[in-house]
This record gives sequence, structure tokens and C-alpha cells, in this order.
Amino acid sequence: MSYEALKSKLDQISDKLTGIDVKSDKRIFLNCDADNALAVNKFIFEDIGARFCIETGIDCDDRFEIIYHYSYDQTGCIINVKASIFDRDDPRIDSLTPVVSAAEWIEREIHDILGINFNGHPRMERLILADDWPEGVYPMRKDSVKQ
Amino acid sequence: MKKTIGKPVLAVGPFHPLQEEIEFFQLTIDGEIVTDIDVRISYNHRGIEKISETLQYDQVPFLVSRICGICSASHPLAYVQAVEEMADITPPDRAMYIRTIINELERIHSHLLWVGLGGHFIGYDTVFMWAWKYREPVLELLEEITGNRNNYGNVKVGGCREDIKDEIIPRMLKELETVERKTDMLTNAILDDPVLHARLKGVGILTREDAIKCAVTGPTARGSGVDIDVRRDDPYAAYSDLDWKVIVQPEGDVFAKAVVRLLETFEAIKIIRQALNKLPGGPIAVEVKDIPAGEAVGHVEAPRGETFHYVRGDGGNTPVRHKVRAPSYVNVPSFAASCIGQSISDVTLTLASVDPCYSCTERIAVIDSDNKIVCDYNMLVKLSREKTQRIKEESGLEGITLKEE
Repeated sequence: MSYEALKSKLDQISDKLTGIDVKSDKRIFLNCDADNALAVNKFIFEDIGARFCIETGIDCDDRFEIIYHYSYDQTGCIINVKASIFDRDDPRIDSLTPVVSAAEWIEREIHDILGINFNGHPRMERLILADDWPEGVYPMRKDSVKQ
Repeated sequence: MKKTIGKPVLAVGPFHPLQEEIEFFQLTIDGEIVTDIDVRISYNHRGIEKISETLQYDQVPFLVSRICGICSASHPLAYVQAVEEMADITPPDRAMYIRTIINELERIHSHLLWVGLGGHFIGYDTVFMWAWKYREPVLELLEEITGNRNNYGNVKVGGCREDIKDEIIPRMLKELETVERKTDMLTNAILDDPVLHARLKGVGILTREDAIKCAVTGPTARGSGVDIDVRRDDPYAAYSDLDWKVIVQPEGDVFAKAVVRLLETFEAIKIIRQALNKLPGGPIAVEVKDIPAGEAVGHVEAPRGETFHYVRGDGGNTPVRHKVRAPSYVNVPSFAASCIGQSISDVTLTLASVDPCYSCTERIAVIDSDNKIVCDYNMLVKLSREKTQRIKEESGLEGITLKEE
């Protein structure tokens, strides 16, 4: 699939996206709301056949962002799906793990460090933090740094 | 960890001074067959991503090169490529070639290290000694170019720090010839040995479907027939100028992964030789001013697979978020697919075939349901070696003989 074909395929999910930022032929950033993230990810992984690289969780003060990174190896294109979570008191998003088993560890890690809940994750247990780390303290949140 | 009360449990890890990644494997066993596997990581969480947010852009390469002693060229390169993409910086051609050479030297020494340890686990200590002996000149070349055997600190945003001096190029080419000859001898000995065929083929199979589902990368993916390689798919440094091929084996067993790594070593030598012969003149770095706000990703084919870095900046002099994903983070969970159904004597080897870091298997204990240790690491290596011995006796073969010409 060429870059043009890939881009026209992405048009099929344009109603679920809030923006597309094409930085180059090989770097595409897609924005969406947390509610649509699972559908968009499912499309990229299953319909386009991109390889799941990793997720990044970011505290952006007014919201949380989860960025799902995929590599479409046939053209060397990195597709990044950026989902915004606006509810800071109870941040949650649908888990990707039931669709992409490789997401299991990273979603547990993001839950540890940012306190984001992944709905439908098969095993939401601690992965990165020590067993005696206090509950409810999330080290990568901006407001927890000075504690 | 999963509750396993009443079931026999095999505990692997977590601590050993030699480990670069501390991990803990809990294997549930039925007789000698593994029925379940659970992994716990982060016993020594260093908070690299958080520390990175406190360092200036040009300090971060020194931090990320310390993520892994063996991949200490790949991590900084992936980070630097992300920052260069963000700031729209193109390093000079000579820097691109130097980056290629350093990264391929790293691949040679990493793969030879793996071959040696693989040999040790199955009772071929000669392979271990020889592979490490031939690895040594490669580390010396790296030291000569960068000043360090590991943690080279050579790559920086905008280019490289140390140049490859013209006078050492003939010596490098000569050393490469020696390494190639020795590796060729080692490879033929390993690939022609009927005992190794019997010992490694069909062991720890990771199917192509599982490899895609687990999103594994590098030799672990290529050994399962998944034809991916960042160097070819999204070329960086000078790879697109050079002639080399991606090694893929469809079988998915331990033998296939060994073949991929051995043949990749020759490709790495081929790449370095071409890069040295074509090394362009000119400066090795461009001047870098401010890094603008933005976000970018950089990825590099490390010896173990794709190293992935995401960097976001706000226009200041430090990154505001820096995400690192080392290849073992996706390769290690594939054990669930490759270890279940294996016998205990094959577990060390199957774990090692992913090259997570050999020392990860240095602390192993078989625990019975009363939590009494009944079998430790040495016992498991002994089991693995005994199996090789059994194959030798049953087939009447002697195993490989290495001859120095």
C-alpha cells in the first residue's frame, strides 16, 4: 500500500477523528477523543495492518493524552493516534489489550504512573511501581512531582 | 503475580548483579512441562524518562546510552533522530556514515555475545570462549573510535562527537576481515552440527501469528518469518546508500533465531566495510541552535530489535516528555507464546533465544508447593546440558569441533 493509498484508507475513519497532522510521508499524527480511540486503533491495527510499537501517556495539565504509536513497515510510515482524556478526576479510556495483546504491559505501566484506568483491560495490576508504593500517588503526573 | 497456591512453581529471577534488566519469571509446571508463565519487571526502575525531562537536549544522549550497556549506540541515536526531526536538522553525510559504522559494530559484538551465551547454556563452552574471544577486537575498535568499549557517547544532536581518523581505517578493515573469517568458521561449525540441529530445532517455537500479535521486533520477529527491519523500512543514517540484505527465517524456533543472528553478523561486516570505503569527507556535525516546540519519533534497529523514542518539546531547552521503548519490552512478553508446552530443560534456552539479556536467567529456582527451593539456576543449566549430552549419546555424534587455522 502506497502512502496515497494509506491516506485514502484513513479517510474511512475521518468522522472519528478531530484532526490529522501529516508532518511528512512517514510521520502521521491523528487526533481523536478518548471515546473513539478504540475504534480508531482497531482500524489501524486490523484493517491497515500496522505494527503496534508502544503507547505514550502524557500529563498536559488540562488533560491527559495517550499516544498510540504504530509502524506501517511496508512504507516505513509511523502512525500516531493521539487520544485526549479531559476528565482529570476520573481519567479513563477503553483498553486496547483485548485487540492488541502487546498493549498489556504498557497500559499497566500508564495506569501505574499516570493513574489512567483502562476499561476492559484483562489484568489491571501493578507493573512498574514497587509493591509498597502508596495507592493513588502517580509519579508522572505534573502535580505529584513536588510531593 | 498470579496466585499459584498448590501448583508447582518455577521462579526465575529477579536479582543478580550481572543483570542489566532485572526480571522475574514465574513458571507453573506440570511434571517437567511448563503450563503457564508470568513475568514481573521493574525491580530496578531508574526513572530514566522522568530524569530526561530535567536534562537539556544535548545531555539526554548520555543518559539514554546508559539504559543498556550493549545497546548504548542505538538508544541515543533513536533519541537524536527524534530531536533532529523536531528541529528539522540534517546532519552532514560523514556523520551519517559514522553512525552507521558504530551501530553495526555494536550489532556484531552483541550477536557474538549472544552466540557465546547460547553455547554456554547447552554445554558448548568452547563456543562461549571462542565467540567472546572474537568479540574482543570489535570492542577494541569501538574504543579506538569513541574512547569507550561501551557507552560510546558519540552521537549528538546535529552529528557525531568523534571522527573516524583516516589512519585507523586500514586497521579496521583488517580486523573486520579477521572477525569475518572467525565468525564464518564458528557459523559453519554451528550450522553443520547435527547435535545442535537435534537440540535446537523445534524448541521454543514462536509462530508468525503470535509474533505479529505480540508485536515482537528484531531477530525475534525475523526468526519467525516476519520481514521487518527499521534499517530498510524507514532508512536512517547511511543504510539506504549501502548494499545489504535483511535475514529472515520462517521456522520460529531457537535454531532459526541463531541463524538470523549469525547471518546478520556477516551483513553488519558487509555494511561497515562499504561504509568505510565510501566514507565521505567534510564536517561531522552541524551547529544546532534552539530546538523548537513540537513532537517527533525516532526509531532505530538495535541488535535486539526496534528501539523507539518519542520526544515532545515546548520550545525550552529540555524535553517535556520523552518516552523510551526498548525492544525487550515487546519481545519478553512473547515468552507466554513460546515457553508454554516446553520442558524445563528448554526454558533457559527459549528465554535466551529472545536475547532479553542473558543474565536474566542467572537466578532460577524451582519451587514446590511448600515454597521450598528444589532446583536452582545451576541445576537448570545442568538439565539443559544433560539434554545435549543425551542427544549426543543417542546419535553417537561428538558435537562440533572448532579448529583454529
